[in-house]
Amino acid sequence: MKPSPFTYHRPHSADEAVELLRAYGDSAKVLAGGQSLVPLMSMRLAAPEHLVDINRVEALQSVEVGEDEVRVGAAVRHSRLERDEEVYGAVPLLRQGLVNVAHPAIRNRGTTVGSLVHADPAAEMAAVLLLLDGVVELRSATDSREVAAADFFLGPMQSATGPGELAVAARFGRPPPGSGSAFVELSRRQGDYAMCGVGALVTTGQESEITSAKVALVGVGDGPALVDVTSAAAGPGGAFREPQLAELLASQIAPESDIHASAEYRRHLALVLTRRALGQAHERAAA
Amino acid sequence: MNTGSTNTEQTVAVSVTVNGTPYVVDVPPRRLLSDALRHDLGLTGTHVGCEHGVCGACTVLVDGAPIRSCLVFAVSLDGTQITTVEGCCADDGEMGPVQQAFQDCHALQCGFCTPGFITLITGYLEDNPAPTPAEASEAIAGNLCRCTGYQNIVAAVQRAAELRRPVVEERASRSPGEDR
Repeated sequence: MKPSPFTYHRPHSADEAVELLRAYGDSAKVLAGGQSLVPLMSMRLAAPEHLVDINRVEALQSVEVGEDEVRVGAAVRHSRLERDEEVYGAVPLLRQGLVNVAHPAIRNRGTTVGSLVHADPAAEMAAVLLLLDGVVELRSATDSREVAAADFFLGPMQSATGPGELAVAARFGRPPPGSGSAFVELSRRQGDYAMCGVGALVTTGQESEITSAKVALVGVGDGPALVDVTSAAAGPGGAFREPQLAELLASQIAPESDIHASAEYRRHLALVLTRRALGQAHERAAA
Repeated sequence: MNTGSTNTEQTVAVSVTVNGTPYVVDVPPRRLLSDALRHDLGLTGTHVGCEHGVCGACTVLVDGAPIRSCLVFAVSLDGTQITTVEGCCADDGEMGPVQQAFQDCHALQCGFCTPGFITLITGYLEDNPAPTPAEASEAIAGNLCRCTGYQNIVAAVQRAAELRRPVVEERASRSPGEDR
């Protein structure tokens, strides 16, 4: 259980980092928190020849709360984002999702952008990025581009980040006034990847009628699944109509059976947790 | 396995302060912090269980925050302050509040997982000095213990909170405005 040898690089600017990534191409990996990469390397499931450690790049450490969005730099740790009161005030869903990410000791080192790039199908923050119409900023030595959340997650452990590219930040949109959000999940042991997790964002209008309701599910397919469930809203103050919810979910999720849960159980969880998440989000929207 | 090539492996000088003592070690970049502590610095109090971030036995504090030392490369932590279980004692070298609480509450049997719990709880109580039993149980949920059934460890978290209160108050009165 020891990683294979690699050459270590510690850039001090994003320019330097992308230059290293250009020079070493496929044989280089970016090291941010390393909470997924290091165990993969220890198990020799990954053996990059070069590691580009971005932890000392000052420009990647910032969290900016803007009028329309919250921008999170690539070296920002989950725990820092989770504890930021200004961030919580602007986008409560960030903290609501983050507290479900592994254990505090992992969140103290792991980064939110790193988790997005890793693209585990059960990763909570991928669902949060989708729900908040997020964007990932990618940079290479020659180019910069932005990829919308909907185009960022390509499959299990596969994001749109190409060789030579560094995800420098993720931007999460601030939900409109009258919105409420929630994140619920169920795992065998607290802190494990969830058998199913659901984030919800509900927006209400002036008559407290539901104008928009969305959920994003993790652990029930190749990647996070965003489902618009506005049409299942029964009306002001009312609960969501369950048969419609079930129908809307069914076509968007493709759970598989594994040692933790059967596909059928995950499908069941998806509906139950969706109902719970929507209920909480709706309550908070009304408050 | 051919180990003849190790002499060509890059090494990097890493400066860290561990339990208040400054060290400079030359290590290959692939050296996990857990191995650097145990093999290079001889601090074998940090235990290595699963080596992939599941068991929590190797937990140490980096700049006060609990992390898993098997999930970081020592080279990444250049310039940081690290506290291992050896540093969780009282100023006079006697048992620290968390260690004392573990003895008081019989929160260990074989002791293998204990260093990870001691460091984790030491860091946790800085953040939350008076946890409820539910909070205490959530705080330790990431660490595995195969002996105790956890109840005594949860009790020890609360006992430690009780024990450290006068220590913290005394520390605060000595150096006002300083957190740590």
